[in-house]
Amino acid sequence: MAKVMKTVKSIKVDADKCSGCRACEIACSAFHATPKYSSINPARARIQIIRYPLRDIWMPVFAGEYTPAECMGRPSYVIDGKEYPECDFCRASCPARNRFKEPDSLLPLKCDMCESDPPEKEPLCVQWCLEDVLTYEEREEEVEEGIEIEDVETGLLAMVDKYGLQKVLDTAARVAKKGESVESKK
Amino acid sequence: MRYAETGYDLEIDLSTGNIERVERDPSLTETLLGGLGICVKTMWDRVPPETKAFDPENLLIFSAPLLVGTPAMSCNRTAVVTLSPQTNLLAYPMMGGFWAAELKYAGYDRVIFRGKSPRLVYIWIHNDKVEIRDAEHLRGKGAVEVRELIREELKEPNAAVCAIGAAGEHRNFLASIEQGRSSSSRLGGGAVMGDKNIKAIAVRGTKDINLADGAKFWAHMKDVIDYINYRNANPIPDVMTILSGIGSPQEMVHTDEKWHTENFMWGNARTRRRGFWDEKISVEWPKTQLSAIKRLISCFNCPQHCGALISFRDVPRFKQKCFTKMTYCMGAYVDDLAFNFSISQKATEYGLDGFGTPQCLAMAVELREAGILTEEDFAGTDEYPPCPPAEDKEGTFYWLLDRFALRQGIGDIMADGTYWMGKRIGKGAEVYAHNTIKKHEQLPLKLGTIDPIYYLMYTTNEKISITQIEGNWPQAAFPTMEQRERFIKDWPQLPDDHFKQYLLDWEPRGENSIPYYPKPHMCSEIVDWMEMLHNIDDATGFCCGMSSFCLKPPYHIHNIPKLVSAATGMDLDEAGIKKIVNRSRNLHRAFNLMRGMTRADEVPPEDHWKRRDHEYEEKLLDTYYLYKGWNLDGVPTRERLEELDLGYVADELEKRGILKNG
Repeated sequence: MAKVMKTVKSIKVDADKCSGCRACEIACSAFHATPKYSSINPARARIQIIRYPLRDIWMPVFAGEYTPAECMGRPSYVIDGKEYPECDFCRASCPARNRFKEPDSLLPLKCDMCESDPPEKEPLCVQWCLEDVLTYEEREEEVEEGIEIEDVETGLLAMVDKYGLQKVLDTAARVAKKGESVESKK
Repeated sequence: MRYAETGYDLEIDLSTGNIERVERDPSLTETLLGGLGICVKTMWDRVPPETKAFDPENLLIFSAPLLVGTPAMSCNRTAVVTLSPQTNLLAYPMMGGFWAAELKYAGYDRVIFRGKSPRLVYIWIHNDKVEIRDAEHLRGKGAVEVRELIREELKEPNAAVCAIGAAGEHRNFLASIEQGRSSSSRLGGGAVMGDKNIKAIAVRGTKDINLADGAKFWAHMKDVIDYINYRNANPIPDVMTILSGIGSPQEMVHTDEKWHTENFMWGNARTRRRGFWDEKISVEWPKTQLSAIKRLISCFNCPQHCGALISFRDVPRFKQKCFTKMTYCMGAYVDDLAFNFSISQKATEYGLDGFGTPQCLAMAVELREAGILTEEDFAGTDEYPPCPPAEDKEGTFYWLLDRFALRQGIGDIMADGTYWMGKRIGKGAEVYAHNTIKKHEQLPLKLGTIDPIYYLMYTTNEKISITQIEGNWPQAAFPTMEQRERFIKDWPQLPDDHFKQYLLDWEPRGENSIPYYPKPHMCSEIVDWMEMLHNIDDATGFCCGMSSFCLKPPYHIHNIPKLVSAATGMDLDEAGIKKIVNRSRNLHRAFNLMRGMTRADEVPPEDHWKRRDHEYEEKLLDTYYLYKGWNLDGVPTRERLEELDLGYVADELEKRGILKNG
C-alpha cells in the first residue's frame, strides 16, 4: 500500500488535573447535535469521564473504534495505588457495556476530533475544559494509505453484526422505498 | 417541544406508592421561570397555612431549575423546597453537585413528594422507569456510604444520588441532604426527607435537553467563558483574598485563615480570638489542610473547584467545601485543625449542617458549664457511654455529636436547634440561643457598629441565611479614592450606573460611613439588587458563587436574560426578568406571612452588633419595606401585588386579615 503524509490529531489527557466537572461531555454532545448546539445530552458524548470519586479517579476517555466482540479477559491495573479495570481505559464501543453508544439506538459513537467546515481551532472538549486537562496536538506522520470509515458505515457495521446483513439490506430497501414515495408526493 | 426545561414533573405519593409523570403548564415558565419560582407557586397552591412540616400534606420538592443541564457553566443547583420544621416557614436549601442535571437528562424538572412512606425507601429514577425501592437494609447508613451502596446495588456507577444519613432518619432539624461535594443543609430539608421515610433518590438520565437557539446560546457562553478566564487570572485588588475571586469561597484552596479565625466567633458564637493566627498556627493549619486535600473538585459543568476530596489519616474519605473546614474546631475551642477534618467526616456521614451543628453542640457545652444541664444529662445509658469530662473538648464534642444526630438523651432536645433547645430546657437556657433569626442559626459573627446593608439582608430575606444573600456590593468602603475609582472602572455587572456614585462617596469613617451611609434609600436599592440576583439564580440554577454571591461575577442582570431567551425562546429582557423574580419574591413573602411571619420576626440577633441604633434600624426597615412596595407591616400592598399579577394573593391576605388598608 502507498505511503502518504497524514496529519495525526491527538488529545493529551492530564487526568491528575481533572476536577470531574464533565464540561467536556456537554460540549461534545452539543457540537454533535443536529442542528449543531441545539441539544445537550452527556450520554451521547464521545468523551466520558470515568469516575470513582472516593477513589480519586476522574479520567476522560475518548470513544474509539466499534468492535463486535467483547474481550475474553478483563485484567486490571494498579497505578499509583489506584486499581483500574482495563475496561476503564478502553475506547471501544463494544457489546460488554453501554459506554460510547447512542442512548436511543445503541449505535456506536466515535470521536471525530470535531472535524467540521469551517474547522474548529481545536476539538470542543479541549476548548471547553478550563482546567487544562486536555491538550490538542497535531503532527505530520507518514502512514499507509487507508480508507477512513465514516460514522454511517460504522453504524451499519454494528447493525449488520446485531441483525445480520440480509435484514439490514431488506430494511434499507424498505426505507428507501418509503423515502421515494414521500419524495414523489412533494 | 419544550426548551431548556423538560416540561414534566414527577409526582410521587409516598403513602399510596402512586407515581405519575405530569406535564406542567408552560405559562408557569413564562411567569416564574423555574426552580424556586415555580416551587413557591406549587407550595402556595397546594400547602395550606395550617400544614406543618411533618404533616403528610407537606410537599418535598426536588427541583432542577430552568437552565440546569444546558451548557451554562456553573448552572447545576438543586432547589429543595419544603416547609421547615424549625421555622414553620418555607425552606429552600440549595445544593450544587450533579443531581439536578441528571434529573433533567432523565426527563423531569422536578420530583414532588407528598404523603409518607410506611417504610424506609429509596427512589430510583432511570429515564421513564421510576421505582420506589425498599431501603430498610440501608437504615442508619452514612450519607456518603449509602450513595456508594446504592450505586453498587443498581449497578449504575453513573447514577447521581442524594441521601440523608442517620440525622435525617431521626428528623434532626439540622439534617442535611448530601450529594458528595455539596449538600442541601439549611432549615431542615433532611428532616422532612427522613420524616417522609426517603433515604435517598438515585437518578440516571440519557435524554436530550433542547435549546431554542443553541448557536446564539453558545455564542453568549463564549463571552462568559472569556470573562471567567479573565476573572480567574485577575483577582480583585484591595479586598481580602477570600473576596477577590469567583466561585464559592475557596476554602479548600486558601490556607490563610487569619481572617476567619480572628473575626468569626468561637464556641457558641461567643469569643473573638484576636491573635489566634500566630506563628505556630499559621504553619500548622496550612500543613494539616494540605495533607488532607487529595484533589480539588468541581460541581457539574463548573470551571471552579470549590470542593475537595478529603483523605485524612485513617478517616474514611469524604468531600468538603467552604467554612465547614473549621466550624467544629471553632465551636469546640479546639486549636488543632486535624480535629475538624476528623469530626466533620463523621458529621457528614450523619448528614448534618456543618454551619449550625457546631453552634448547637457548643450551646450544650455552655449549658453544662452553667449548670443548666447537669451531669445527669451527660450520663451514659445501656445504649451509649457517659460524656467525657468537660476538659476533654474533643471527646465532649464527639459525644454530643452522636447524641445530637441520633436524638439520644439530651440530644433529642438539642436536635431542634438552639432556639428550640433553649425553649425546651428552660431554666434560663433561652438566652443562650443568642444567634438566631426566625429561630434559625446564623453566621457566628459579632461586630462593632451596625451595618445597614447587612441589617436589611439579615433580617428581611426569605432565605433566612446571610451567607446566601450578600453578593455584588463590597462588604466595606475602600479607604482611598484611587481604590474606589479602580473598582468602579471595570464593573459591567452594575444594574445601573448611579450605584458607582454611592461607592465613590462611601467612606470608611466620617459622615459618609457606616452606619449612616449608604443612606436608607440607597441601602434599599443595593439590597434589592442583591435579592433580585439571588432570586434569578434560584429560578435558573446558577451557583450564586458565579453570580449573586461574589464581587464582579460572570453572570449578571445584563447577560442572564440573553441566556434565558436563547435557551427557552422566550423574549425576555432585563425588565422582564426583574418582574418575574419580583413576582416570585412577593408570592414567597405572602406564603410566609400566611404562616404567621410578621415584622416582629425581622430582627437580627441582639448582640450581632455591639453598637445598635434601634430607632435608625426601624427607619431602615420602613424605607426598605416601602421601596419594595410593602406596607409598614412588611406586607405587599394590593397595588404591588396586582402589578405582579398576584391579585389572588392580595385577596387571600385580606381575607385572613394580614393585609389591611390595601
